[in-house]
Amino acid sequence: MPILGIMASQISGHLFAPSGAYDSIATTTLSSPAASITFSSIPATYTHLQIRGIARSTAAAGNVTIAYNSDTGSNYAGHDLYGDGATAAAGGSGSRVPSNIGVIAVPVSTDLANSFGVGVVDILDYSSTTKYKTVRVLTGFDVNGSGGYILFRSELWMNTNAISTITMSLANFDTYSSFALYGIKGA
Amino acid sequence: MAAGNTYEAIATQTLGSTAASVTFSSIPGTYTDLVLAIGAIGTGDLQINGRMNSDTGTNYSTTYLAGNGTSAVSDRAVNANSFGTDYYFSVTTAGNASILQFMNYVNSTTYKTVLCRSGEASKGTIATVALWRNTAAITSITLLANQNAFNTGSTFSLYGIKAA
Repeated sequence: MPILGIMASQISGHLFAPSGAYDSIATTTLSSPAASITFSSIPATYTHLQIRGIARSTAAAGNVTIAYNSDTGSNYAGHDLYGDGATAAAGGSGSRVPSNIGVIAVPVSTDLANSFGVGVVDILDYSSTTKYKTVRVLTGFDVNGSGGYILFRSELWMNTNAISTITMSLANFDTYSSFALYGIKGA
Repeated sequence: MAAGNTYEAIATQTLGSTAASVTFSSIPGTYTDLVLAIGAIGTGDLQINGRMNSDTGTNYSTTYLAGNGTSAVSDRAVNANSFGTDYYFSVTTAGNASILQFMNYVNSTTYKTVLCRSGEASKGTIATVALWRNTAAITSITLLANQNAFNTGSTFSLYGIKAA
């Protein structure tokens, strides 16, 4: 049986964030359905951002989409590799508005009650002013039957501005949907 | 705004002898997510399953995406008595490296969903998403060696991530 509180010492090379390098920036948990969740005034003092969360849609279809700095232009692209429990497949699209690029997969209103989709979204070098921003995602949901997905996803925002606002949208996020934004420091 | 370090080591187990299972119990409810890192080798071909809160009922389901260097497959297990973390059986000389994400593990209103990325260097690469159909907070996690046992030297490290 484990003894809680033992420090992890068997893993070297900073497989995980070293002490003091991974900060919680903000969290939103919904007490009623909402169409969007926004993290604004994101400080530029970190090297990378990570979004972690759970969500469910109140509608019959949908994926969580993400827009940066309130840009709703056709400046986004994405690719995914996914499995639906029967078939492995890949897809992609370019020069789309953010609402056409699914990022986090979620159950919909007709899926198993109380099931939520989850996602871990890594936004690397988000404060660079010389590069387009590339995002990687691991996301999925399972509903004990047909309908679930597991996905690797990438998203490209074709803009060199530093990211200061992140807006996640879904029609609609169900109650208890929750997202947390973290900052990861470089050395 | 930033609330200091929020990614903390909770416990680590390094096996000094073979074991059929490994359990993290009395997990504190003070974090938002849990991350479990596995560096395991088996006494024979190894596949790893898991359970929460010692629930042996058929309350788990898993959706798989796996590739073995030749082809990619997707599969699903429903109404199972444990959830899956990998798809192939790693061999004794090349182990299993997995990172599991237990999201929002302490809320008492939603079923719990677990993401996992596994590498089995000798066999393939895998991603899974698993559902535990229970709204209870997760207070213990048990990892089960399917078919054989975890060999000496296998490591299991549990981390907590605390949101603001």
